[in-house]
Amino acid sequence: MAGSRLWFRCCWRQRWEPTTTLWPWPQYIQTSDRRYVLYPNNFQFQYHASSARSRLYPVFAGKRHTLEKNILVVSVVKSGCNQFPALESVENYTLTINDDECLLLSETIWGALRGLETFSQLVWKSAEGTFFINKTEIEDFPRFPHRGLLLDTSRHYLPLSTILDTLDVMAFNKLNVFHWHLVDDSSFPYESFTFPELTRKGSYNPVTHIYTAQDVKEVIEYARLRGIRVLAEFDTPGHTLSWGPGIPGLLTPCYSGSQPSGTFGPVNPSLNNTYEFMSTFFLEVSSVFPDFYLHLGGDEVDFTCWKSNPDIQKFMKKKGFGEDFKQLESYYIQTLLNIVSSYGKGYVVWQEVFDNKVKVQPDTIIQVWREEVPVSYTKELELITESGFRALLSAPWYLNRISYGPDWKEFYLVEPLDFEGTPQQKTLVIGGEACMWGEYVDGTNLVPRLWPRGGAIAERLWSNKLVVDLKFAHKRLSRFRCELLRRGVQAQPLNVGYCEQEFEQN
Amino acid sequence: MRLSPENFYIQHGRDSTAGPSCSLLEEAFRRYYEYIFGVYTRPKGPSRFQGGAELQQLLVTIVLDSECDAFPNVSSDESYTLVVKEPVALLKANRVWGALRGLETFSQLIYQDSYGTFTINESNIIDSPRFPHRGILIDTSRHYLPLKTILKTLDAMAFNKFNVLHWHIVDDESFPYQSITFPELSNKGSYTPSHVYTSNDVHMVIEYARLRGIRVLPEFDTPGHTQSWGKGRKNLLTPCYNGQTQLDSFGPINPILNTTYSFLTTFFGEISKVFPDQFIHLGGDEVDFNCWESNPKIQNFMKDKGFGSDFRKLESFYIQKLLDIIATIKKGSIVWQEVFDDKVKLQPGTIVEVWKNNRYFDEISKITASGFPVIISAPWYLDLISYGQDWEKYYEVEPLNFAGSQEQKQLVLGGEACLWGEYVDSTNLTPRLWPRASAIGERLWSPQNVRDTGNAYRRLTMHRCRMLRRGIAAQPLFTGYCNEDDNM
Repeated sequence: MAGSRLWFRCCWRQRWEPTTTLWPWPQYIQTSDRRYVLYPNNFQFQYHASSARSRLYPVFAGKRHTLEKNILVVSVVKSGCNQFPALESVENYTLTINDDECLLLSETIWGALRGLETFSQLVWKSAEGTFFINKTEIEDFPRFPHRGLLLDTSRHYLPLSTILDTLDVMAFNKLNVFHWHLVDDSSFPYESFTFPELTRKGSYNPVTHIYTAQDVKEVIEYARLRGIRVLAEFDTPGHTLSWGPGIPGLLTPCYSGSQPSGTFGPVNPSLNNTYEFMSTFFLEVSSVFPDFYLHLGGDEVDFTCWKSNPDIQKFMKKKGFGEDFKQLESYYIQTLLNIVSSYGKGYVVWQEVFDNKVKVQPDTIIQVWREEVPVSYTKELELITESGFRALLSAPWYLNRISYGPDWKEFYLVEPLDFEGTPQQKTLVIGGEACMWGEYVDGTNLVPRLWPRGGAIAERLWSNKLVVDLKFAHKRLSRFRCELLRRGVQAQPLNVGYCEQEFEQN
Repeated sequence: MRLSPENFYIQHGRDSTAGPSCSLLEEAFRRYYEYIFGVYTRPKGPSRFQGGAELQQLLVTIVLDSECDAFPNVSSDESYTLVVKEPVALLKANRVWGALRGLETFSQLIYQDSYGTFTINESNIIDSPRFPHRGILIDTSRHYLPLKTILKTLDAMAFNKFNVLHWHIVDDESFPYQSITFPELSNKGSYTPSHVYTSNDVHMVIEYARLRGIRVLPEFDTPGHTQSWGKGRKNLLTPCYNGQTQLDSFGPINPILNTTYSFLTTFFGEISKVFPDQFIHLGGDEVDFNCWESNPKIQNFMKDKGFGSDFRKLESFYIQKLLDIIATIKKGSIVWQEVFDDKVKLQPGTIVEVWKNNRYFDEISKITASGFPVIISAPWYLDLISYGQDWEKYYEVEPLNFAGSQEQKQLVLGGEACLWGEYVDSTNLTPRLWPRASAIGERLWSPQNVRDTGNAYRRLTMHRCRMLRRGIAAQPLFTGYCNEDDNM
């Protein structure tokens, strides 16, 4: 009978190399063959908020068996579990696993989270089913403090569970900023309590395709528990068609000759009402989102509609802007930035704001998204940092731009600091973001499109600059992908092959 | 008129040649009831009459011998007529295959109005496919696909009136097909013991497909693309040489050994029994001659046979013998275009599949001019993803846009959307297949003049939302949303 001959054929498994499942690769790691057993029924985490490491030694008096580990001591210097992560948060940690210790030591709780993830990646299972961890010494910290992922919930609504699941996987990859592009032309799913009509008239479906205040709170807290900041973006003055139905008079009516054409353009910068609205709206946004930074957009403002509108033409004349609509755009943005500033928030803007010479505060962060226009993105980074502004890189990391084959390699090989500039300038590049724009993406295809490709960017932003070997990365990333599957993440394959446990729905 | 889930039912017409014993139709009636109304439990007792026009029944009548327990084939009659009129809608088809297509169409006519009432408009439909071969190729060698994924794909195929599952089951990377006569093939060739398709799995796929009017066309690609076969079968593949030294590597199947052909006879004997379809796909693509060339015994053989240094002649030699084996076991053969290009002597009726995208219309001309039927895949490689709405270019392909006579054009049996598995497995197969393949589904079913992409876009977005409702994670065409709560 065929069945009896199908016995498990493999006994001589290739020797397991546990460190090869680490993603992203730590700054400093030393490991050995010496290994310790872990028993699931007899393992616990022990948390200590302390400022001196020496106080911990007595804790290990218990277990004398050096070949078994039954505690991971998590020791955090600066305790304080109720804060929100910030750009300045320190994510350093050390992991010491040897005969005497099994210790995770970090400055802050955020570092502890990073260390716990690494710890979980160090544990491996033998063919017999026993859990092991090898003698390891890790000192780790991120290369860049801002390591983000952008999701677009306007072009397609993403169910809350999809967002929460994404936050989980971000944490596996040590990504720490969720850039939430909440609204845009297509729909306005954010439930505003000061302007409920925005949502009622602007969402795809005001019952099913919205994020209630409760939903938003849930996202923020779920993220916080994973050391992830929520950077909310309310993009104006362009990309605002969905705001129009809920706030009549907000958008510029376009004209065809002397008559309104019936269509609308960007936010109308010539009306006081506009700024009153923005004041109130951004007061709400500032109070809802706890992060210091808000993303104010400012990209792709199409001037044709403004140009066509006679009231705007009059306004231009009054202000002495001539025919230069960039000045009008500046005027709007400057006013908006001042409003937001007065609420004690900092801001991130898309690069057009810088390119169009809008006067912004010196601590503005500029996000570079355009690959070639007006200049190559490396040149853009040079210009931005030369002017003293901090920069975020996204241009080469548009995950929505799919193509045939292993494009993760291109993402991986981007070197963010590969531009002309002084070392001082280079410190102004605070990190980057992988962007998953939503024109062609929703809950049906988000996860396989995001992972493991997004992981390539996560490592580029966390790990040392010299970690660029594609073969080494491929080995680890494909194993990491199998681990993601094991954790229930619908991450797509990198190449031909298999995982022990394939993905099965439900 | 409206339909009431409590009242409405589908049943056999009085004069139908099929009745309650036809499980294919019984299953279909149940399935389509659920697709239409969702999972709805009938309340007990009589329903309240609400007034207004109501469609109470769909009567399904098979006119000719139903073929209810048969397997579909390339000449199966899939035509049907559907008349929707109060109080009883009539679906008539020559065979059950047409009834299945008609049930799908019927289910697509129903919508819910703003009150949630199930509604259908009076309609009169006469329908039949433009091409008889409308396939989807899945690749279970580069990545193993769990059974559930294959079955879900068959569901989605039925929603799109596809009728052939081209199962590219083994290849270089892995051999998941569990052979009864040669168990070592999968023992040694599969990725792991759990990455296999047992006889049971295969039977399940075949029957699940049959119930949806879908043929399962197995492909066992040789002589190239066979690395995984060599793991479980010594001396099947050609050992490669460097000069006089034998290397550790292997090439295509060794065409000069008698053992090769006795193996193939036994193996394909099994395949012909396991897979009931009239046709077997024998592959024959991308044969790399380097290893053959390096092998001294093969060099001698070439000399003996007078093939010179033309390895295409050796390839022909192999394929002709294989085709004869298949003919002896009374199956038809389908091959990739290289077999034709390399001038293998093909029996009339051998189907050639055109996959190379470079001037494929010229290729179709040539093949049909030689009298062979053709299946087109070249413009429809769905694994070649790109940014944006690529469904339009699949939709715009016109299969008969090649230089040729009427007779030649009639030799185009249809086509296949191919989802090769290098970068595809169960995590991303469904969104990558649908709704892009749907565009091809319409191109192969609907009349030639149905080509307006604007109209297609409107219908395809709605069809996509419908597939979501039915549990198929079809990806979006563009910005927007689906009304009901989809699966995701």
